[in-house]
Amino acid sequence: MELLFIILIGVMYSAGFFLLLRRSMVKLLLGITILGNGVNLLIFLLGRITKGKPPVIGETSSFFTDLYADPVPQALILTAIVISFGLQSFAIVLLKRVYALKGTDDLDDLNTPEDEDL
Amino acid sequence: MIDNLLILPVIAQLFIGIILLLLWKKDRAQRVLSVVGSLAVLALAIHLFVKVWDQGILTMNGGNWRAPFGIVFVADTFSSTMVLLTSIAGFAVSIFSTASVSHQRAHYGYFAIYHFLLMGLSGAFLTGDIFNLYVWFEVIIISSFVLLTLGGRKGQIEGAVKYMAMNILASMIFLTGIGILYGLTGSLNMADLSVKVAAVENRALVNLTAFFFIVGFGIKSAIFPLYFWLPSSYHTPPSAVAAIFGGLLTKVGIYALYRMFTLIFVPDESMKLIFIVLAVLTILTGALGAIIKTNMRRLLSYLIICHIGYIVAGLGLYNQVAIMGAMFYLIHDIVVKTNLFLIAGVIRNIGGSMNMERLGGMYADWPKLSLLMAVVLFSLVGIPPLSGFWPKIYLFEGGFEANSYIYIGALVLGSIITLIVIARLWAVVFWKDAPEQFDRREVLGSMDFLAWGKGMQSLLIIPIIILATVSLYIGFAAEHIVLVVDRITTEMLDTTPYIEAVLGTEVLP
Repeated sequence: MELLFIILIGVMYSAGFFLLLRRSMVKLLLGITILGNGVNLLIFLLGRITKGKPPVIGETSSFFTDLYADPVPQALILTAIVISFGLQSFAIVLLKRVYALKGTDDLDDLNTPEDEDL
Repeated sequence: MIDNLLILPVIAQLFIGIILLLLWKKDRAQRVLSVVGSLAVLALAIHLFVKVWDQGILTMNGGNWRAPFGIVFVADTFSSTMVLLTSIAGFAVSIFSTASVSHQRAHYGYFAIYHFLLMGLSGAFLTGDIFNLYVWFEVIIISSFVLLTLGGRKGQIEGAVKYMAMNILASMIFLTGIGILYGLTGSLNMADLSVKVAAVENRALVNLTAFFFIVGFGIKSAIFPLYFWLPSSYHTPPSAVAAIFGGLLTKVGIYALYRMFTLIFVPDESMKLIFIVLAVLTILTGALGAIIKTNMRRLLSYLIICHIGYIVAGLGLYNQVAIMGAMFYLIHDIVVKTNLFLIAGVIRNIGGSMNMERLGGMYADWPKLSLLMAVVLFSLVGIPPLSGFWPKIYLFEGGFEANSYIYIGALVLGSIITLIVIARLWAVVFWKDAPEQFDRREVLGSMDFLAWGKGMQSLLIIPIIILATVSLYIGFAAEHIVLVVDRITTEMLDTTPYIEAVLGTEVLP
């Protein structure tokens, strides 16, 4: 299980960075999304995967008697997902606006020369 | 000591922001509330600073969960100083905004977002939990995205794409670092991490984790070779936004670097060398970039990078004097850089352009205003006894103490080039005769400074006067600032009081 996760995370990070290095804006957006999900999976993996052991103390005892799944990484991932949802929706709107203004998908065309500044 | 009121500067900004959202349609009320609210936050920040100064490190446990289990807010001297500087700069820029921000921008929520940005900044300075720091960083960047794109001019949108891509990438790398750190130690509380990371035996893994933080914060604070987003986006937004970005946003990265690398990852010899090399290259590339620029704000953007190098070097030299110098420079830099961007904005509203080649004759037309601007420009260069001079003495001393002559060389070169650049700016914009007039009214529209009444004009000048006064205070009352930075440095180099304040005294052996 862990090995599968490690390979998956590796693929997601490399795919994310590869897409970020492309010149197309759509690929930039996809790169950000994939990289963000890779990060979430990494936190999940490093928070130790424990199957079928809820972090709930049994009625009879007053402390954890057994191994339990750590709820903190899941809380972190949930927060990170919400934040990256916000950022990505902003990014989509921004890139759509760029496309409407410039009529191009190429990041290299986004350089207004200095003498056209305010 | 536990004090739940330390969160007030953050809460106050949140409430101002919310009320401003409710006053969506009322333009004038928004502007008044923004200034009054900023003034109130300034008072709260001064109160917090005085309290921390008198009583030592204050903490607040969120939801009354004891550290290290809950989110903890900590106000030590460093945090409270940064909150104070944020609210000073925030107050000045909010006055500036009342006159310089157009009705359309105000209508799309400029003032509310501006206060959310300041909330994010204060929160980042006060938190003692590393994941919470990430969340505050996100609050900052999402507000800055909106401020950067509000208005939707072509240049703005282009700058925003670069700014957005690099900042999201920085957050991802920062989050990766947090993930690994949590896997390594099982904690997110900074004070707890400080104890636990020091006990990890696999130092190579710790150093690797530290690299994620160097890269993540390096992008945010614009360190070589990660700074390219800054000069390609900071020249695009309205002056008030550029001022708060230029003064404070890169400094949050610096704050986080100093917090992480004095508390959690204390740098070893190789890490110090890396910081020195990065600092030297940052100074040189920033300075050389500034030399060739003719647009005032592009020029200032490169100067920000150059001077970030001065501050980062404190982590590489890592002795008392050098860190004192770096902290002093940080305090001076926030005030002066904010002010310089405001000045660039006023010059544009008078002359109709940011391009130095199209400007001239400021001194002949506006002698008093020019002298005020000269004070700020020369503070940046560091002509004694103005504020840029004193921190450099400490930085030189720190460089000699650590035998880092390459850094001293870069510092000299950086200072000389800053002098050349500022002298050229002064000569071209203020002394040279005005070049052939182009139709400035067409460019400026409703932002024409000369067509405004005295009241509107003074709204642009007052913030510059306020910040210049603060600069002069830093320069002429340097002994007070030295007391503050001395205490900051002592707290940084001996982290025991910080850890004890957060975790209680029984934790440390």
